[in-house]
Amino acid sequence: MRLPHLLLSSVLVLAPVVATTPASARGTATTVQQQLDALEARVKALEAHDSVLRKQADDAIAAAQAAQAELAAIKAAPPAPVAAVEAPPAAAATGGNANGFNPAISVILNGSYSTHSLDPQHYARAGFPLVDEGGPGPRGLSLGESEISLASNIDEKFYGQLTLTAHSDNGEDHVGVEEAFVDTTALPDGFNLRLGRFFSNVGYLNSHHAHTDNFFDRPLAYQAFLGSQYGDDGAQLRWLAPTDLYLEVGGEIFRGSNYPSGGAEHSGAGVKTLFAHAGGDVGVENSWLAGLSMLKSSANGAADGFSGDSTLYIGDATWKWAPQGNFKDGGVTVRSEFFVDNRDGTAVNPIDDDEPLAWHGARRGAYVEGVYRFNRTWDIGYRVDKLWADRTGPYASAFDPYRNSVELTWRNSEFSLLRLQFSRDEPTADTTDNALTLQYQVSLGAHGAHKF
Amino acid sequence: MNRLILLCTMALCASAFAVPAHANLKVFSCEPEWGALLTELAGDKVDVDVGTSALQDVHVIEAKPSLIAKVRRADLVVCTGADLEIGWLPQLVHQSGNPKIASGAGSFMASDQITTLEKPSQLDRANGDVHPGGNPHFQMDPQRVLAIAKALSARLAQLDGANAATYQQRLADFSARWSAAIPRWEAKAAPLKGRNVVVHHNSWIYLTTWLGMHEIGSLEPKPGVPPTSAHLATLIDTTKAQHTLAIIRAAYQDPKPADWLAERTGVPAVTLPFTVGGDAQSRDLFSFYDSTIDKLLGAAK
Repeated sequence: MRLPHLLLSSVLVLAPVVATTPASARGTATTVQQQLDALEARVKALEAHDSVLRKQADDAIAAAQAAQAELAAIKAAPPAPVAAVEAPPAAAATGGNANGFNPAISVILNGSYSTHSLDPQHYARAGFPLVDEGGPGPRGLSLGESEISLASNIDEKFYGQLTLTAHSDNGEDHVGVEEAFVDTTALPDGFNLRLGRFFSNVGYLNSHHAHTDNFFDRPLAYQAFLGSQYGDDGAQLRWLAPTDLYLEVGGEIFRGSNYPSGGAEHSGAGVKTLFAHAGGDVGVENSWLAGLSMLKSSANGAADGFSGDSTLYIGDATWKWAPQGNFKDGGVTVRSEFFVDNRDGTAVNPIDDDEPLAWHGARRGAYVEGVYRFNRTWDIGYRVDKLWADRTGPYASAFDPYRNSVELTWRNSEFSLLRLQFSRDEPTADTTDNALTLQYQVSLGAHGAHKF
Repeated sequence: MNRLILLCTMALCASAFAVPAHANLKVFSCEPEWGALLTELAGDKVDVDVGTSALQDVHVIEAKPSLIAKVRRADLVVCTGADLEIGWLPQLVHQSGNPKIASGAGSFMASDQITTLEKPSQLDRANGDVHPGGNPHFQMDPQRVLAIAKALSARLAQLDGANAATYQQRLADFSARWSAAIPRWEAKAAPLKGRNVVVHHNSWIYLTTWLGMHEIGSLEPKPGVPPTSAHLATLIDTTKAQHTLAIIRAAYQDPKPADWLAERTGVPAVTLPFTVGGDAQSRDLFSFYDSTIDKLLGAAK
């Protein structure tokens, strides 16, 4: 725009200068005329040039304006890359790969070093025979329960999970199927059906895998009445009420081949359970969960020598408090469970197999644990355990075993922890076992989602 | 007598199975920002339960009984996705046994509607808490929020056809107001362009990318790993040298590490709302963006 204007004005300024040429030159009129013609031609040429330049400039302006408009349009419209493309991204990640449907694999590795003031070989608990893994852990270095779990949706109606465990028992390795079950995912109205081998939903800790526990070992009551954790082959029906309050009720039928049952009575349906759990929040910072459960068993030669009918009642309560409800960053968890174990049957007579001893009893057990979490890295916990023995019968005892434990846990991340635990166990009136344990526990692979 | 019993039974059955003609769609939202978006898009046509608050770390929520009860009753679950809720949402879905929200139309993951940034090329937990689906903290990118709003509105209309017209009209209204707000925010945030920030967790990449800011350091040595004093010490020089605007943290994060660094560098520590409800001003999505930019501008003064 500027350039053609300048040219034009310089020509216009030049013109009068040319016109007022001195009179001495008038004699050569033809020459002047020629010069004027030449100048006129030049002016015309410049004018033509000017119009070309103007046109070019206008074109340039138009182009710039178009570009600006385009830019504005681009700015106004949402940028294309933020919206996802039609094809689901997962297809690209696993496209054509047969392993794309592999189940989620998660591995828990767990091991410990323990010192015991009382030789575990000579450990006995007054009123409560030791069953399965219900006694103290081994001395020294040992591999704890390390497990591998595979889980996946089967189709739109079923979900499956398989958990294999490896643990060492007196230097001997054992690999076992801990859980292998199928869950329905499409039953209406809050119903869930589970089939296979799984941990019973009675109590609180029983359905939780040991790697989510706050302490190295299970409470004495779990060891005494459920062999640490009761799992068996069976079926479970669970119903979740459509209420604001969390309310879950359900029942299970198990084969009855594992402690506290045995012998798979009633044609392989020796154990029946009923359970109910309720829970909710109190404000933002408090959450609770409480339950009542019953486990009825008909046993024939259970691991503690019992044959007959037994009913185990469990009451459980958990309270968690955390500032702003950030449970992983600090707070307090308090949990307690109470057990009543009613028995009506016989026990194996250690002296004469043919004359079993009558066993009618009502033993009890309980624990209370509290864990204070300082932050995401550290927590400290205290637990008190107690068992109440029968005063009469084959396992009569005037003494009730008890134990006190403290633990300190350091977590590097969600996936790894080290735990130091000290327990003072008084299993009989005149023995004490002081145990110090250092435990590691890590999880690899798929990110597990834990229960409350 | 028998007829009476029969009648009573029939009446009971009828009342049990009768669904109120215009029962509101029940929506469970994992995070407050999607709860606020649902309010924009659906108003009182849906009942929204928000599972977490701005003062909670949504990476590590517990699968509380109260949340299971909420998911049990939901017709639609609206969450961030990209594995942000992997430690708890699968447990809620599984324990609730609610087939409506387990997959398909009843499961709306915001991350599926957009592209994410910082998708890791290598998955290794030695690099911290990495999300294979990319950085899930995209609630601070207005364009992505708009893309999610469009997809969410369509989903609401799909599940609740009776109110489809309302959803469409409310989306148009929201889009217009949101699209008008974006250039206003950008103009207001112009002084922030090119400025450097130190962040607590890598949750601000969408905000800094949008406003042309630069993230020059993170208080967490690796994503999800709590700040250590050794790592914080290494940040002092960087923070001082690079004319840093602020050390930013979310409302739910521990204020101590940022305060520690602020004290030693003279760079202010600023708490940003991070989501709706993160401060007194952030009552909805618009005021949440306003407050975030205001607080950053406050540090620039």
